[in-house]
Amino acid sequence: MEHYHMNLTLKVWRQKDSKAKGNLETYQVKDVSSEMSILEVFDVLNESLINDGKEPIAFDHDCREGICGACSMYINGQPHGPWAKTTTCQLHMRAFKDGDTIVVEPWRSRAFPVIKDLVVDRSAFDRIIQAGGYISVNTGNAVDANSIPVDKRYADAAFDAAACIGCGACVAACKNGSAMLFVGAKVSQLALLPQGEPERETRALNMVAQMDKEGFGSCSNTYACEAECPKGISVAYIAKLNSEYLHAGLNDSDS
Amino acid sequence: MTWKHFFGTAIGRKFTMGATGFFLITFLIVHCAINAMIFFNDGGETFNHWAKFMGTNLILHVLEVGLFVFLLLHIVQGIMVVIKNKAARPVGYAMSRPNRNSTWYSRSMGLLGTLILLFLVVHLYHFWVPSRFGGLGNITPLEETQLFTYSNEEAHNLFQRMQMVFRGNLAPVVIYVLGVISLFWHLLHGFQSAFQTFGLNHKRYTPIIKSAGFVYSLVICLLFASMPIAMYFDWVK
Amino acid sequence: MSLEAKIPEGAMAEKWTDYKGHVNLVNPANKRKLEVIVIGTGLAGASAAASLAEMGYSVKAFCFQDSPRRAHSIAAQGGINAAKNYQNDGDSVFRLFYDTVKGGDYRSREANVYRLAEVSAAIIDQCVAQGVPFAREYGGLLSNRSFGGVQVQRTFYAAGQTGQQLLLGAYSALERQVALGKVEMFSRHEMLDVVVIDGKARGIIARDLVSGKIERHFGHAVLLCSGGYGNVFYLSTNAMGSNVTAAWKAHRKGAFFGNPCFTQIHPTCIPVSGDHQSKLTLMSESLRNDGRIWVPKKKDETRKPQDIPDEERDYYLERRYPAFGNLVPRDVASRAAKERCDEGYGVGTTKMAVYLDFKDAIIRYGKIEAGKAGNHNPDQDTMVTLGKKVVEEKYGNLFEMYEKITGENPYNQPMRIYPAVHYTMGGLWVDYELQTTVPGLYALGEANFSDHGANRLGASALMQGLADGYFVIPYTLGNYLAGEIRTPAIPTSHPAFEEAENTVRNRIEKLMGIKGTESVESFHKRLGKIMWNKCGMARNEKGLKEAVEEIKALRKEFWSNVRIPGEINEFNPELDKAGRVGDFLEMGELMCIDALHRRESCGGHFREESQTDEGEAKRDDANFSYVAAWEFKSDENWELHKEPLDFEIVKPTQRSYK
Repeated sequence: MEHYHMNLTLKVWRQKDSKAKGNLETYQVKDVSSEMSILEVFDVLNESLINDGKEPIAFDHDCREGICGACSMYINGQPHGPWAKTTTCQLHMRAFKDGDTIVVEPWRSRAFPVIKDLVVDRSAFDRIIQAGGYISVNTGNAVDANSIPVDKRYADAAFDAAACIGCGACVAACKNGSAMLFVGAKVSQLALLPQGEPERETRALNMVAQMDKEGFGSCSNTYACEAECPKGISVAYIAKLNSEYLHAGLNDSDS
Repeated sequence: MTWKHFFGTAIGRKFTMGATGFFLITFLIVHCAINAMIFFNDGGETFNHWAKFMGTNLILHVLEVGLFVFLLLHIVQGIMVVIKNKAARPVGYAMSRPNRNSTWYSRSMGLLGTLILLFLVVHLYHFWVPSRFGGLGNITPLEETQLFTYSNEEAHNLFQRMQMVFRGNLAPVVIYVLGVISLFWHLLHGFQSAFQTFGLNHKRYTPIIKSAGFVYSLVICLLFASMPIAMYFDWVK
Repeated sequence: MSLEAKIPEGAMAEKWTDYKGHVNLVNPANKRKLEVIVIGTGLAGASAAASLAEMGYSVKAFCFQDSPRRAHSIAAQGGINAAKNYQNDGDSVFRLFYDTVKGGDYRSREANVYRLAEVSAAIIDQCVAQGVPFAREYGGLLSNRSFGGVQVQRTFYAAGQTGQQLLLGAYSALERQVALGKVEMFSRHEMLDVVVIDGKARGIIARDLVSGKIERHFGHAVLLCSGGYGNVFYLSTNAMGSNVTAAWKAHRKGAFFGNPCFTQIHPTCIPVSGDHQSKLTLMSESLRNDGRIWVPKKKDETRKPQDIPDEERDYYLERRYPAFGNLVPRDVASRAAKERCDEGYGVGTTKMAVYLDFKDAIIRYGKIEAGKAGNHNPDQDTMVTLGKKVVEEKYGNLFEMYEKITGENPYNQPMRIYPAVHYTMGGLWVDYELQTTVPGLYALGEANFSDHGANRLGASALMQGLADGYFVIPYTLGNYLAGEIRTPAIPTSHPAFEEAENTVRNRIEKLMGIKGTESVESFHKRLGKIMWNKCGMARNEKGLKEAVEEIKALRKEFWSNVRIPGEINEFNPELDKAGRVGDFLEMGELMCIDALHRRESCGGHFREESQTDEGEAKRDDANFSYVAAWEFKSDENWELHKEPLDFEIVKPTQRSYK
């Protein structure tokens, strides 16, 4: 593919720490190659900020191949930017043209407080998993892997749900800051597998309770999460979560 | 888990919205079907007959109470959901492009609901209040001329009331049409959303539900909108 | 100090069983009182932390990422090997053991590899029980695929995201223990030193990367599960944060470093596109099952690849290795690509890439599909259309990723690929119990010098990480801790903690105090260039000697001219990176020294002085059949210890793929 160079204006959220009041700062970056990823543009910008004796922009990133879920920029009004099914780290500058202005903000959610600049604290997701996003099987307790056949359709559906990278784009995209896609994906994955059956009901109830405790909003079915999910996780898993909760809630005998 | 707990979570609150929504969807079918009887062009005879039935049947009276309870629940819970959801994002985005990922009306259920509520106040004031509470306190009862005799019983002539409200009066017609338009978008999202809330999302059924929702919203709202318009232009006699 | 590998007596197949039968145990009441520190939460760390907590130990787990789920194990694509023999194709524990020793070019410890093969089957059972959604057949049973040129189908997989699924399984087990209060999790924390008291590892010094605060943590034992050090090359398939710091601090505190020069260069990665490049992306090895690798026969070819006719293409792997063709092992394929590019046949703007072409596979599959539909004389367009569909089903996600990064459609034109640093077989030297030369200090997964010898086979890294964490350390650690039940928790006010903390603090303050003119990133890039050019795919004495000098000079420059903005007591990624690059600058030197001393070629280590007439790697078993374990004496001063490798079962032979 033909590549080209461009000059860009970046407007980036700068915030010293969790308590400080932040604001958008404007930067000019010149001679950006269309072959770069947007994080590499930030690398270059940071390099020049450091050379100028200024503080570089803090942002989360790690694997840079779209799987670890660390990167988390809200780019030009969309989590992970304009490309569908793409994480920030995989967003390449071919998506932009010379003279463009790019606005970059952190995820915005009460449950994801800003730590610095574009870095937010997503430990709420870990706590939701702690509430029940597992199968209680101690090491060594397992039976032979092939002793319980699993319908391939369910196994495949469980895998599709399990593809979640925990980046939080669903929360960032949702106008309600809801984490239902994240929770739905995990609850569904484990509910679809026979191994997850014994804890199926308590898992749904406990994870939903924790989700509420963290301050996420509730789902109003706009499906923005599915559209912005870099792994294309379906809102069918939110429906699945709803029905799991319904069954579990009605079945629960504690009063 | 207690009922309070069950209905108090993010999902439980949605159940309330969905269940009351389903009820209201059903109510609209009945309401619309009876009102559509004005189009028999029989001077409102069939319409008034069924309106009287609706207004006098004991079971329907009980259901009417239920309707108001559910409507209230839908409104109160809706407001609470909106407040809680707003609180989930205390700091907003400087730049947001939600149209890239969702429809405007799915994001505007609160606003559309509020518009419908405002319309509803006017609507109740026009028809329900005088027919139910006419004579109480300061409420003007329906006039004598608006009574008519049907099967040897006196009944309110709601048909005439409609004519009185709409014929040649542009303002109420505009309010009603705007109210119905809000209702259309509210239903277009709400119909399929309620199914999703109760866990029905399926490759085969969801497209059918979405189509059904579209047809339902369109038919109901076109019919509703056509009534004040027809009355305004005196198309129905 | 002598190296004692502590390999149990007895027949190879009985060693592990026998060890487990006689190992010392800790009773449940005592386990509660014993504290274990786990550094890193990848496959090895998460599985170890969870398993030990389940047994009753009090665990503290640390990771530098914002969540334990983001450790770089998550990026592994292809699969995990296990000797299940579900396919009835002749697989067995012995065969997996044999393949691994041979694949490692006879530079691994037989007893460890045998144990790895032995526990491999239980890993799959454990993962399935945790809800890991492996690929399945229509009958509901697990599916396998072949990998890395071995002759059996023993690789279990979950699409191209096996590492992710396995890690999420281990992560969920870990989070369960966090919820039960048995694991205390410290994310966004980095270990900056090991505390050694009376010769035993007794804790760590860690830094909270959010507040910058330095913390002391006591543990009766410390487990390093901190991964490999491929990022010493700057450009690699590793995550940006992957680093050697934890292992390096342990090394400086007395843990020997085993075979540091053994690096795996993966042949199929997306090539470097420019100076801005921050990392390289792997294209799964599975692509070589269907793709053909070639370069133009003419130097300075300007035509588009699809316009170059077959007779003007050099399918060099098929030409050089007719028996294995495009499926030669990773080290061989990587070197062959480098050879062509060095000769001037490379393609793309940088001329440092070769083509990986699916044209023939598309036609082949298209013809089969057309035949299935009853069309036995399909035209070109039909075959291409049908063939593309088959290729998309098999490799769709990889093709999509390639297109996102390069903007080129690999269905219509060949991929451009080039080798890249992927994995380090070297690591902290450990004995059979995974204990380093510091008692109480263990190394698991890629962080140890490992079971992969000089070259790792595909789908074996995941196997080793989980084997160490789930099934080895729970036994071997108990053997050590049984002797520690009378040791009460040592207060962190102990002078050894004080001293370690001061060392850490002084180093950070020194770094911040330099206030030079060059960024950390820039130093890292320069180090990477030295390493890649002189200690990369091909190494020679002259280059390595130069590299040692250049690294020393660069390190000196770093310590006098690095510029780190910001403050110590705040979230400061530049400072974190500076500490890591500082360690890479020491590590790189040791790698070159190790590469220099090993005057043979084996696996991923190719010394140009030691090759056959046809340019293949030539091992020197007479002189180098040992693990090189380096002891840190003082800055720039190491002592070599040798652990001889005795092959009682798999007798070394020259590998040939002709």
